[in-house]
Amino acid sequence: MSLNVKKDAIIIKDVTHTYKTETGLLPVIKNLTMNIPENGFTAVVGPSGCGKSTLTKLISGLLQPDKGEVYLSGEKITTPRPTVGMAFQNPVLLEWRSIIKNVMLPLEIVPNKLNLQQKEQRAKQLLSLVGLEGFEEKRPSELSGGMRQRASLCRALVHKPKVLILDEPFGALDAFTREDLWKVMHNLRKEEPFTGILITHDLRESIFLADEVIVLSGRPASKQFFVKVPKSKTPKLDSLYTSKSIDMLKTLRKQIEIAQSQQEQNK
Amino acid sequence: MRHILVPLYAIIIFLVLWELLVWVNDWPNYKMASPSDIWPAFWKFKFLFFQYGWDTLWRTVVGLFIAVLCGVFLGMIMGFSKVLREAIYPLLVGFNAIPKATVVPIIALMFVGQHDLNTVLIAFMISFFPIAVSVSIGLSTLEPEYRDILRSLGASKSLIFWKIALPKTLPEFFGALKVAVTLAFIGTNLMEIVSPHGRGLGALFDSGKTNSDYPLMFAVLIALALLGIGLYYVVVVLEKIFAGWAERSTD
Repeated sequence: MSLNVKKDAIIIKDVTHTYKTETGLLPVIKNLTMNIPENGFTAVVGPSGCGKSTLTKLISGLLQPDKGEVYLSGEKITTPRPTVGMAFQNPVLLEWRSIIKNVMLPLEIVPNKLNLQQKEQRAKQLLSLVGLEGFEEKRPSELSGGMRQRASLCRALVHKPKVLILDEPFGALDAFTREDLWKVMHNLRKEEPFTGILITHDLRESIFLADEVIVLSGRPASKQFFVKVPKSKTPKLDSLYTSKSIDMLKTLRKQIEIAQSQQEQNK
Repeated sequence: MRHILVPLYAIIIFLVLWELLVWVNDWPNYKMASPSDIWPAFWKFKFLFFQYGWDTLWRTVVGLFIAVLCGVFLGMIMGFSKVLREAIYPLLVGFNAIPKATVVPIIALMFVGQHDLNTVLIAFMISFFPIAVSVSIGLSTLEPEYRDILRSLGASKSLIFWKIALPKTLPEFFGALKVAVTLAFIGTNLMEIVSPHGRGLGALFDSGKTNSDYPLMFAVLIALALLGIGLYYVVVVLEKIFAGWAERSTD
């Protein structure tokens, strides 16, 4: 695989990371190399506890790898930077703020030239894009789980980050709400271009949303398998039930099983 | 209107039952004074009540204020540093376990005659513990994702404190402050009762005891209760203003 520093928005180059625990060293990622092209969207799947969340921390600069390098838009990452947006499984909205003020939070931290009115306008624009028009002044506790996650996505995108990191953002939602949010994600990608990495346990989600799915091996994680997913301009949920998709899901399922048994052995 | 009437009725019923209890048993006022004895006792010393009530009030508030400052400071230290929490916590628990009534004579001897200082000191000592503990728990239980959301944008530690850690801790803080208000009152009165020349409602209570003026003692108790209710509701109002978001709407 060739790494194109200019073209690729996210480059992870031969990264190894080890946690120091009380019982000794715990290697979580080993010689991982992957890249995501500008405006690409890659899903990362793998067995539970294989180091996927560590990967998001390395990309966002919250953690430094022991070995190897992470580049965002050609720049080596050593500290967190405002060109990143993040959303987690827990929407972590601030209860004491209204929805719109929650969405505006990154604009209070990231240096920008917007005045208050422009910030509000930007937040409103995103909220209406995800179907939360009219909920601007509500408190997070007044919203359903799916709506809170929508707001969390808006907050991740409000400062126009180049890179969007999603760590199982839909993991805690019920199946139908999750599918609704998949459609929201497609909509957001069209209107607000970003380079994305999605950590997920849901194989259907990975092939429905991403251009490429990477399967990580069991801990310590490295790249075990990847598959490109052809995308139509208007993806429909029905497309998940074609024989092509089902074959792809079966292949991915098989790879996960291999990774799981490998992780079992390494214990 | 119901908010005022219901508690008012409850108070009236309480006073009537109290009066009846004394009347039925035909207790003399040295056994238990009745509400009808209390008003004359208050009226006789009304100027002292206001003067000393003011002393008790400001001492309590100042003690509480210092407790808030120290409690929040200690709580922040313990909330942010695990090492310091492990170091300070046993000391704090030990200090809190000492009954403050035993500290009162020590402080009274330490600063003989400085009644204001003594009283404020005891009010502070008795009330800072719940504040320190609640702030430290509030800060140390902050979910890491909250911090990561801001940290991943390059926010500084102090910015994370002001934007997230502090507001998130406010409900716990006010919960502790409600406990601390009552404790501070106890502290103030403990000290005032042992300093008979030290003014304050506690001193008035003590003079009632030495002069066998039992209705006066009961009148002081009622005055203390009224002050306590007042201060408590001040905290409730502050809580509504600063941490009202934590209250889930019932509809």
